[in-house]
Amino acid sequence: MSIDKDTVGKIARLARIQVTDADKEKLSGELTNILTMIEELNAVDTTGVEPMTSVVQMKMHQRPDAVTDGGIQDKILANAPDKAAGFFVVPKVME
Amino acid sequence: MTNLTHLTIRAALDGLKKKEFTASELVGAHITASEEARHLNCYITETFDQARTAAKEADARYAKGDALPLDGIPIAMKDLFCTEGVQTTAASNILKGFIPPYESTVSGNMKRDGLITMGKANLDEFAMGSSNTTSAFGNVINPWKRDGDDRDLVPGGSSGGSAAAVAARIAMGATGTDTGGSIRQPAAFCGITGIKPTYGRCSRFGVVAFASSLDQPGPFARTVEDNALLLESMAGYDPKDSTSVNAPVPRYADAIGKSVKGLKVGVPKEYRVDGTNPEILALWEKGVAMLKDAGAEIVDVSLPHTKYALQTYYVIAPAECSSNLARYDGVRFGLRVEGDNLIETYEKTRAQGFGQEVKRRILIGTYVLSAGYYDAYYNQARRVRKLIWQDFINAYQKCDVLLTPTAPTPAFAIGENLQDPVTMYLNDVFTIPASMAGMPGMSLPVGLSADGLPLGLQLLGKPFEEETVFRVAHTLEQAANFTALPQTLARKAA
Repeated sequence: MSIDKDTVGKIARLARIQVTDADKEKLSGELTNILTMIEELNAVDTTGVEPMTSVVQMKMHQRPDAVTDGGIQDKILANAPDKAAGFFVVPKVME
Repeated sequence: MTNLTHLTIRAALDGLKKKEFTASELVGAHITASEEARHLNCYITETFDQARTAAKEADARYAKGDALPLDGIPIAMKDLFCTEGVQTTAASNILKGFIPPYESTVSGNMKRDGLITMGKANLDEFAMGSSNTTSAFGNVINPWKRDGDDRDLVPGGSSGGSAAAVAARIAMGATGTDTGGSIRQPAAFCGITGIKPTYGRCSRFGVVAFASSLDQPGPFARTVEDNALLLESMAGYDPKDSTSVNAPVPRYADAIGKSVKGLKVGVPKEYRVDGTNPEILALWEKGVAMLKDAGAEIVDVSLPHTKYALQTYYVIAPAECSSNLARYDGVRFGLRVEGDNLIETYEKTRAQGFGQEVKRRILIGTYVLSAGYYDAYYNQARRVRKLIWQDFINAYQKCDVLLTPTAPTPAFAIGENLQDPVTMYLNDVFTIPASMAGMPGMSLPVGLSADGLPLGLQLLGKPFEEETVFRVAHTLEQAANFTALPQTLARKAA
């Protein structure tokens, strides 16, 4: 399979990355090369093999459902590119 | 006074305890050395003033006789670990200026034990790369050069600044993270030792995430024993990391000096990969002979799915990366590039904030996870990952550790291997399988190439048996007696 220019455009849109037309051309070649390498995996017989999620052979531990911190609004907003009245500010989403 | 920057951590701790020198002198010597080595570009952010203050505090503790376990030892902190109040960038434009309001568990553990951070070490952007040439803060330069060739070489990656700092004697140890070889390959390229512990051994809390099922912090140092001291400090259960394993941390340094008699060392035949430098294959045979001479039993083993590890990695790591890096949206922290609307703000922010390699990996990850391809690519890769893991479990029925080369070549020049991303990816062909399986792995320098560059061998162990890895690595270290110095340092010492 190859990843053509249109497909690059589509996945870039999904990934929320603006890509120029010239970059699409270049990326199409590079991503196709990577995909060609990845497709070698089709040669492996994986019948009956469960997909692996974690190498850690343990049950996830659970914590009590309790509030353990809070009151750190200043810290949370400290790195915000734009903030007002204790909120993150984003461009208008509705007219 | 002895040359303080050439001491091991163990020797420096002895000297501090015996009051042969102070922590302020030790840190001061490393600051001077760091200033002289700025052309290597090891640090993104220097924290010399904080280091001087911390050294004074360490000296006060030594004077009172209540020093911390690793008090006053200067280290480099990979700029992937969040450090409270100190800029943390992951070597990306998108995080330039980000000042974490919290501390990563690993860096906090090290501070608790008295280790002093000299600076935030440069790396490949978001730890994606094998040559430290994808950093938004410039390339790191390896302190080693080929004999009679003045070209700058790469330090390996992604933890290139960490490895170069330890090799250049501007830090006594360093932290790294290893997702597919990012500790072991730069350790080999820079002629030092480094260990990726078992997945789950060191907390990932506060480490900027790349591929969460693979990322694992670990140390660099110039000896196996120093690695043991640092790992003991870094490791431990952390409820803030859901994959942190709740098991006691052994005194790793106690494994140093124990005999390898009767231990079984496996040699996997699949690691004789085409294109491997013949000098590295010869060194591998030498390493096998050294361990045999020390009383270990050598056994041939097979890891049949080795040749698929790289392909598996380049599905799973980008898939996890595309998901993890979705958080960089220009809203809560980091760079924002304004657009006409919210979507355009996201798209412009991420277009300008991420470098080429990071974008490639996000895009390939997005592709393999997208509707219609998820099962064909992502699930197939996870099934093959299970087979790779099973290979290791089977091999460890027959042996205690595995010995392999760390990388197929010594360090290469900046700009080499750039023609195609896949060529660069081949650098990690020996380190990726253990990453996929979560096994601990250590690289240590065992010899020099004909043109004077360090070559490393890799020891892989069973899950949570880092002590056995240290024990065998120390035996190999003694036999190899690697004492070569990077040329610039050797000239200065002469």
